Amino acid sequence: MKAIVNVFLKNGVLDSQGKAVLHALSGHGFESVRDVRVGKQIIIELNESDSATAKEKVAHMCEELLANTVIEEYEIEIIS
Amino acid sequence: MSAKIKVGIVQFPGTNCEYDTQHAFDALGCETVILWHKEDAIPDGTDLVVVAGGFSYGDYLRSGAIAKMSPIMKALKQYANNGGKVLGICNGFQVLTETGLLPGALKRNEGLHFISRHHHLKVISNDNTFLRHCEANEVVNIPIAHHDGNYYIDDQGLKELYANHQVLLQYTDEKGNIDNPNGSIDSIAGVCNVAKNVFGLMPHPERAMESLLGSHDGRRMLEGFLSA
Repeated sequence: MKAIVNVFLKNGVLDSQGKAVLHALSGHGFESVRDVRVGKQIIIELNESDSATAKEKVAHMCEELLANTVIEEYEIEIIS
Repeated sequence: MSAKIKVGIVQFPGTNCEYDTQHAFDALGCETVILWHKEDAIPDGTDLVVVAGGFSYGDYLRSGAIAKMSPIMKALKQYANNGGKVLGICNGFQVLTETGLLPGALKRNEGLHFISRHHHLKVISNDNTFLRHCEANEVVNIPIAHHDGNYYIDDQGLKELYANHQVLLQYTDEKGNIDNPNGSIDSIAGVCNVAKNVFGLMPHPERAMESLLGSHDGRRMLEGFLSA
């Protein structure tokens, strides 16, 4: 079983990297770009058979290590 | 002074300011020991633990994030919760916020550049061990060297910091006017916990010990830990 974790800065926490990419894209003529957020993706292979259990464990990993919930939020997708 | 002050300096893989820090506390007459991160106890009789600067675990995932999982951090938490004094400098500050011993978090610098230069700082709260030899509103000159020094805390947390005198230092110019190098909320450069036994700052007082090297302002800060 595989878990895909996406971690982003929370709304309201300034994403400086996203802003820099936004300005770079706008400056290169991609005028329709309205906003950019930069985050990270963590792909985890697990020895689990139940997707609910897997999701619960990965959520625990996010709270303990993978995300800093003071500034970041996370999404988990389980692929069996 | 009777017995020497005992200072433990935490070393993770990637820490690189531990020997500068040791040199600084040795120069102040302390007994110093480097504590490898695999150790699971803080030595008896330790008066201060310093989490030194550097790039623990290569800053992988987030600065300070992986270091918080090291065995010594469990012991350090217990030490701090029992009132033991802890100072986190630069990456050490990041480790202490990641661990939850200090409030807030350190983000990537707003300008996205690594910044390495001397910077002026204004002393905000000095009713604590660390800054008791500095005057409130005094401006000091201390080197900064970081990529992730952009201090963040939510509005409620910020109010609590001021109400409890937990804001230690702000980045300013030499006259004490706000001069924010990295986008930190309220230009905050260092904070302490509510109990005022855990301190963290991005600037490096251990690099400001000799006038010959640009500033000796760090000396008075570290001297705050010299007597109980």
